[in-house]
Amino acid sequence: MEWEAVIGLEIHTQLATKSKIFSGASTAYGAQPNTQACAVDLGLPGVLPVLNEQAVRMAVTFGLAIGATVCPRSVFARKNYFYPDLPKGYQISQYELPVVEGGRLRIEPEGEDPMVVGITRAHLEEDAGKSLHEDFSGMTGIDLNRAGTPLLEIVSEPEMRSAAQAVAYMKKIHTLVRYLGICDGNMQEGSFRCDANISVRPVGRTAFGTRTEIKNLNSFRFVERALRFEIERQVEILEGGGAVVQETRLYDPARDETRPMRSKEEANDYRYFPDPDLLPLEIPQTLIEAVRDALPELPDAKRERFVSDYALSEYDALALTGSREMADYYEALVAELDGQAKLAANWVMGALSAALNRDGLTIDEGPLGPAALAGLLARVVDDTISGKIAKEVFEAMWAGEGEADQIIEARGLRQITDSSAIEGLIDEIIAASPQQVAQYRSGKTKVLGYFVGQVMKATQGKANPAQVNQLLKSRLDR
Amino acid sequence: MHRLTISQIAAALRGGEFSCVELTTHLLDRIEQMDGRLNSFVTVTREGALAAAADADGRLSRGEAGPLTGIPVAQKDIFCTDGVRTSCASRMLDNFVAPYDATVVERLRTAGCVMLGKTNMDEFAMGSSNETSFYGPVHNPWDLDRVPGGSSGGSAAAVAARLVPAATGTDTGGSIRQPAALCGVSGIKPTYGRVSRWGMIAFASSLDQGGVLARSAEDCALLLGAMAGFDPRDSTSVDREVPDYTAGLERDLSGLRIGLPREYFGEGIDGAVSAVIQEAIEIYRGLGAEMREIGLPNVHLSVPAYYVVAPAECSSNLARYDGVRYGYRCEAPRDLLDLYTRTREEGFGAEVKRRVMIGTYALSAGYFDAYYLKAQQLRRLISEDFRAAFEAVDVIMAPTTPTTAFRLGEKLDDPVTMYLSDINTIAVNLAGLPGMSIPAGLAQGLPVGLQLIGDHFEEPRLLSVAHAFQRETDWHRRTAPGFE
Repeated sequence: MEWEAVIGLEIHTQLATKSKIFSGASTAYGAQPNTQACAVDLGLPGVLPVLNEQAVRMAVTFGLAIGATVCPRSVFARKNYFYPDLPKGYQISQYELPVVEGGRLRIEPEGEDPMVVGITRAHLEEDAGKSLHEDFSGMTGIDLNRAGTPLLEIVSEPEMRSAAQAVAYMKKIHTLVRYLGICDGNMQEGSFRCDANISVRPVGRTAFGTRTEIKNLNSFRFVERALRFEIERQVEILEGGGAVVQETRLYDPARDETRPMRSKEEANDYRYFPDPDLLPLEIPQTLIEAVRDALPELPDAKRERFVSDYALSEYDALALTGSREMADYYEALVAELDGQAKLAANWVMGALSAALNRDGLTIDEGPLGPAALAGLLARVVDDTISGKIAKEVFEAMWAGEGEADQIIEARGLRQITDSSAIEGLIDEIIAASPQQVAQYRSGKTKVLGYFVGQVMKATQGKANPAQVNQLLKSRLDR
Repeated sequence: MHRLTISQIAAALRGGEFSCVELTTHLLDRIEQMDGRLNSFVTVTREGALAAAADADGRLSRGEAGPLTGIPVAQKDIFCTDGVRTSCASRMLDNFVAPYDATVVERLRTAGCVMLGKTNMDEFAMGSSNETSFYGPVHNPWDLDRVPGGSSGGSAAAVAARLVPAATGTDTGGSIRQPAALCGVSGIKPTYGRVSRWGMIAFASSLDQGGVLARSAEDCALLLGAMAGFDPRDSTSVDREVPDYTAGLERDLSGLRIGLPREYFGEGIDGAVSAVIQEAIEIYRGLGAEMREIGLPNVHLSVPAYYVVAPAECSSNLARYDGVRYGYRCEAPRDLLDLYTRTREEGFGAEVKRRVMIGTYALSAGYFDAYYLKAQQLRRLISEDFRAAFEAVDVIMAPTTPTTAFRLGEKLDDPVTMYLSDINTIAVNLAGLPGMSIPAGLAQGLPVGLQLIGDHFEEPRLLSVAHAFQRETDWHRRTAPGFE
């Protein structure tokens, strides 16, 4: 029996507004508990919600970026349930009439063909607070700082058929929302949360099997592992003649398995009804057009442009457009270097990315801007230093020692390109290495490497490697 | 001093006949002596009132006074008052001290009003007799064995007993107009969206509206003018200029077309009440108004529609009262479920629980379409009836209530009978229209109220029509025996 998985993802993105969706309290992460929850967020008697326009603009931005319909009229609805981190006893969300409907996203799953995933809808809602079950001796601490933070819930069609496809979709959404500047995508801080709905069925059947929901997958790796595990688990059950139980499960990374979640509330009847404290959201065409005009170049378009404008490979273009910040950095760098697109690409993807990762910095936080790095690369282009020496200079610049030229000067790192000086060294080395000379001349051309190494050692790496090679050969071939 | 109208008080204060502190002290003493019989106040803010009065006197002496400077008022205990207990007449909020002022409170304070205290009401505004209060029932000054009406029973009784010249109220299905009628005072519920609901503890969000109870239409106009207006903190608040409600009061009535809906003059109306209303109608005829019989064919659906919509919204609005962040919490909860169930079981009274359950049921899966959705559709029909009526008439007139004040305890055993006492007032809330009740006469010594209903934002018209009646008659100046 051949089985296929049917996967849909619900992604909750925290919108990067300064204040909450229905109140003016701050959304900044990391504050002391309950210091960023105003009367409205606390659900005090008599308070009322007022919609944050920025959140709406961000939802519209997303809708346009995925080619969806931005609904000119959508309605906020109350989702009613009791839980201590939900102050009003209901969450303001959208139910029958969401702000964004339809849309599609082209994804490139690893090891599989590219495909298009449909997006059913995206809607605005408020986040709940946090329940902290540890550290309170058998009680639970409630922090309402997060209560009221705007969320855009993005629901895909159940069109994914493998863990790889699910991960590719999640990554694409992650990149897109960061590109659009509507979400910082920080999964550790909870700004980007993914729930998966997954079922399996025999290949060829159109009816859906019983699905389980896997909650709060907060890394790409976890999504992949959790889905793989779950697919296997469900197939095993069905092949053994059993039935899959419809339930909510959590992924346990330590054991690499999914487990049923401790249920927090039994009834799931949310008794949705339109929130009478809020007017229907009417989005004028003028606002939609204004947002459309302000849309940044989207990741796919940018990638294609990098391939054509900079003659980069698909692979390089993909890496460089991984984030808008990196793409912008790269383009600024190339602009300063006039035609050295490939060199710039190598350095951004290589030394720069390595240093950023090592120090845990984002590209905007790094100590070297495009102009400074361009200053260094220009010296490679004009042969002042070799690529290898450039790496040394790079680290010195990174550590704050100064600009490229300063460091090259201070450390005396100029490449030795004076042919007669090199020839002089070569003569010395040849004289001191009769054995290797004999080996070379008898046909072992690989011994050239020994001579190159010796010259580089003698010059502390500063000799121009191309010249060294050329001069050695002409000397030895005599 | 307690017999004066607001404009008379204002004139006296400006003229130096007495000070605000004197007036306030006099009323506070009156409350102390007489409110024991009525139970119309939950909290009396003596110190705060005297401080505000002294402040008002200062302003008056410096010539910085406005028309409401130094005017004593009471706030229905549904409005949040910063630093003062705001209980909604419920055990659930008996220990709740509001950390902010409702917009209504803020605006009246800024206008110079002096708050004497918070008035009693039906618990969470649910009731038509002020018998569901955690603090005990309010007694009607006209007959202490009878109800004052509800839910703004405390406000109506306090104004009727001249303990305060004016009080705020809220009206969701008649809770300003009905008690105004039963207590012989003037009350106005403005158009939905006219007065901000920020800080006004929610019962049924799409129906609640804040308003005034006072001793005359003119006094209502003065207070409404200060309370009304757009508030960015309330998304349902309407951004529309507030006219000077006192300006057009003297408007002539000739040519005024008054609609009399046959559905509101039906069999359920008490004979004595009917008689009083007929006389009032004659007075209007004498003033030049033209009477027309009209039909509001769907208003018989208003009580059923209301008793689905209002409980549904309230079941959601009252979910926040869970013992977690503020208000009542049961003793030693064993776990979360126990916390919720015992807090709400003990914190809420029977009528509140009844409505929360009805509302939860109406919204639940499988029943939403049959009840809530259907009720909202009926609402549209009712609004349509009024819209059509207002093409033919300028004002609609009817008895406010089918009977005069009933006895305490008389309707408690049968909630539906209680609900039917709102039959004439409820449709007005469903349609979001402004409505008033003014004293029209006495039947067996008990006040009878005349209801005036206007089209959206026609408060100036309503007030002038009410004022015209009050120029011709003196029912609004009569006082309950013992409270002169």
